[in-house]
Amino acid sequence: MAAVQETVDRVKSVDVDAYKYGFVSDIESEKAPKGLNEDIVRFISAKKNEPEWLTQWRLEAYRLWLTMREPDWARVDYPKIDFQDIYYYSAPKSTPGPKNLDEVDPELLRIYEKLGIPLREQEVLAGVQERRVAVDAVFDSVSVATTFKAELAKAGVIFCPISEAVHTHPELVKKYLGSVVPVSDNYYAALNSAVFSDGSFVYIPPGVRCPMELSTYFRINEQNTGQFERTLIIADKGSYVSYLEGCTAPKRDENQLHAAVVELVTHDDAEIKYSTVQNWYPGDADGKGGIYNFVTKRGDCRGDRSKISWTQVETGSAITWKYPSCILRGDESRGEFYSIAISNGRQQVDSGTKMIHLGKNTTSRIISKGISAGHSNNTYRGQVLAQKRATNARNFTNCDSLLIGETCGAHTIPYIEAKNASAVFEHEATTSKISEDQLFYCMQRGLSAEEATALIVNGFVRDVLQQLPMEFAVEAQKLISISLEGSVG
Amino acid sequence: MAGVMKTPSAAEAKLAADYSGVRAALPGNSAVGQLRDAAFDQFKQAGLPTRRVEAWHYTDLRLAMRDVLPLAKATRTDVALNTLAPAIADVDSIRLVLVDGFFAPELSDVACLPKGVSVASLADVLAKGDAGLMEALSAPGMGQNDAALALNTAFMQGGVIIDVAPATQVATAIEIVALASDGAAQAVYSRSLLRVGHGATITLIEREAGGASHAQQRNHAFVVSLADEAQFEHVFVPAPMSAGSTHVASMLVTLGAKAQFNSFTLTCGGGLLRRQVFMRFDGEHAKGQLAGATLLQGKDHADTTLIVQHVAPHCMSREYFKTVLDGDATGVYQGKVIVAPGAQKTDGAMKSHAILLSDGATMNNKPELEIFADDVVCGHGATVAQLDEDQIFYAMARGLPKPVAQSMLLEAFVDEATDRVESEPVRAYLTGLIAQWLKARGLA
Repeated sequence: MAAVQETVDRVKSVDVDAYKYGFVSDIESEKAPKGLNEDIVRFISAKKNEPEWLTQWRLEAYRLWLTMREPDWARVDYPKIDFQDIYYYSAPKSTPGPKNLDEVDPELLRIYEKLGIPLREQEVLAGVQERRVAVDAVFDSVSVATTFKAELAKAGVIFCPISEAVHTHPELVKKYLGSVVPVSDNYYAALNSAVFSDGSFVYIPPGVRCPMELSTYFRINEQNTGQFERTLIIADKGSYVSYLEGCTAPKRDENQLHAAVVELVTHDDAEIKYSTVQNWYPGDADGKGGIYNFVTKRGDCRGDRSKISWTQVETGSAITWKYPSCILRGDESRGEFYSIAISNGRQQVDSGTKMIHLGKNTTSRIISKGISAGHSNNTYRGQVLAQKRATNARNFTNCDSLLIGETCGAHTIPYIEAKNASAVFEHEATTSKISEDQLFYCMQRGLSAEEATALIVNGFVRDVLQQLPMEFAVEAQKLISISLEGSVG
Repeated sequence: MAGVMKTPSAAEAKLAADYSGVRAALPGNSAVGQLRDAAFDQFKQAGLPTRRVEAWHYTDLRLAMRDVLPLAKATRTDVALNTLAPAIADVDSIRLVLVDGFFAPELSDVACLPKGVSVASLADVLAKGDAGLMEALSAPGMGQNDAALALNTAFMQGGVIIDVAPATQVATAIEIVALASDGAAQAVYSRSLLRVGHGATITLIEREAGGASHAQQRNHAFVVSLADEAQFEHVFVPAPMSAGSTHVASMLVTLGAKAQFNSFTLTCGGGLLRRQVFMRFDGEHAKGQLAGATLLQGKDHADTTLIVQHVAPHCMSREYFKTVLDGDATGVYQGKVIVAPGAQKTDGAMKSHAILLSDGATMNNKPELEIFADDVVCGHGATVAQLDEDQIFYAMARGLPKPVAQSMLLEAFVDEATDRVESEPVRAYLTGLIAQWLKARGLA
């Protein structure tokens, strides 16, 4: 019972509004003027000292974006975004390029400490086996620090801000940027391509198993800014990497836009495991404020026998519009998607995945657990497609929804399309509330209603939690109980 | 969605021209005329459904209807009813015959209707324009955004109105036989209405026949209203049509408290068929089941789309569909279960299973749940697969030739759906049609 008690204690210890990362930090920052036009795009590009080809790439994306329409098919509802009322670039003011952590603004370091993100490379204590994680910290529009770079470089792993990779590894960036999520893919991808400011770049050379977990931590701090990060991960032949992504933002009354693009590429026999704990500020109980999380994430299993696995724990954001997908191009490639999406208050979640089977003997697995409480709406939207040549494509999909309270909604919209006679697709979905019998059973054994609900919910999402790296699993478990606070009992 | 007005396709333009041409001649008083105009305006705004319309994601009617066929005329009664639609063995039924959508009393058993059952022709009802009947016919609140249904309202010419008085137990089955006179390529727009009174019980079989030699554009709507405690057994067997034909068969059903509804559709292909059922639970403790089997080959395209709305609490819905696809056929299953706020204790289960027999075949499944009440049990399952090689081997090892083994397995697969038909002789009729299809395919 210790774990359950811990969860409950945790719930009790958090303040009324439950969101503990809602503090605002006073960091002097440098911003581009509000609004968006070609000059702003050029400004961002110039700030990053980018080569001409990238500036042109951005401008083309911007021009394309102007011709596109905001998607309206998702089951979310929000006032029209004024794209001219956003700062597209904001960076903490600092002396040009801190050489090491000692030169980084100490206030910044304190923020990350407060968030529980170690930016100082911890020395391994003698005799203690500690798992280490290399972190790239992105603050508003720029990356402020990347840890363990030297050690990673020894293994040949490149892990740096994408703005740096543009200069140090232009051939790789040029080759892969936009190759998975083309500029024209969708409205927000085009916007991101025009104004993206930073994000992480990872390249794992052939045959290398990345010696530690890589992690990027995103923080939006400035008011009225949008965050547009871009992540690009390439796993070359036979390599492996596990990548974690976390994010938080201060509590503010106005909505802020986060439109990221994540591109993953795996070559023959390579594997990428991508885990996200998304904890943007969800807005208050009345739906005021919060982040609009409009994200395009896609992985391309280019090589034979390659594998991409997405795991996400979605608890934050006022609105989530996110479909991490896998293109299974290589023969015998595999895609996985594990998701826990929790919505409370007035949150709206429209999330899911796409598994596009193109190669032979490709397999995919989707496990999605949605929990809605309060006045929230939680939608799973997913597509499984086997193209004509995808012989022996296999998919298993399971999406379960749990409703807590009678004012929330849970929806399931799967698209299952088989164009190949040897495809085998299985899909199952259920929606229910926490069973009275289960609650009664637990309470009869001495648990309070709150403890019993926490126990049952943790059991409900267990399949997904098991897929998370250890550090994240513990964090995620606590997050779940916090997100559901107020809806239980 | 208020879309941008697009340039009408040739067919859309032709429909507009046809409509203004025939409008005056279409049956109905001025109120009906207004209803038609409003519906046609709605259609003009939306245009023929394309993939961009979410409910028509897998069936592009705009693409399929390149041309508009001339509207059917109500002249033919010289059809060979018994050759086209021989009586179903061991089923005692009263036949109501529609020819090209028009009710033909002279071919129907109107003289021997059971007590408590009354029948009228749609054209007569429209001419009188009785407000209550008009409202019932338009099934308010259902399928409102469907352009194909709006087209039906605008052009509806014929059909039959059946009323079953409260507490009537109709022992003989009623059969609506919709015949196509087969003389020429034509467009048929018909709408029928069934109202089952409080505590009444009825079995109705909708069958279509003929029309295989010329292209057809059929658009038929069947509106059913079940009062409290009414019971309705329903079977629908659309006729295979020639290639290039399109058929939109809509059904709109409302269930009162404790009403029971069981419907089965058997589709054996031919052209493009869109079967759409709108079912709404208005009263508590009602039960509704929609089941069906779809067998397709060649370039057949069949779309089954279900919208199930749970408005009242304590209701149960079941959807169970089996699809067998061969050749270059396309099967579509879209099922949407909506549980409105307050519809607590809803029990909903939906299943769609498909078997692909050839590499050219495509199956699209979209089972949806939209739930706004917490105390519910809803689920859906969807699978796509092939015949199990091990099972075929097992049967062959026992001396059955491969085609026979395949046929046997397919029959067993489809039987799980046909099993849901209550009446034994009707089930026998359906399995007979399935066996015929398998035989024609060369598997038996």
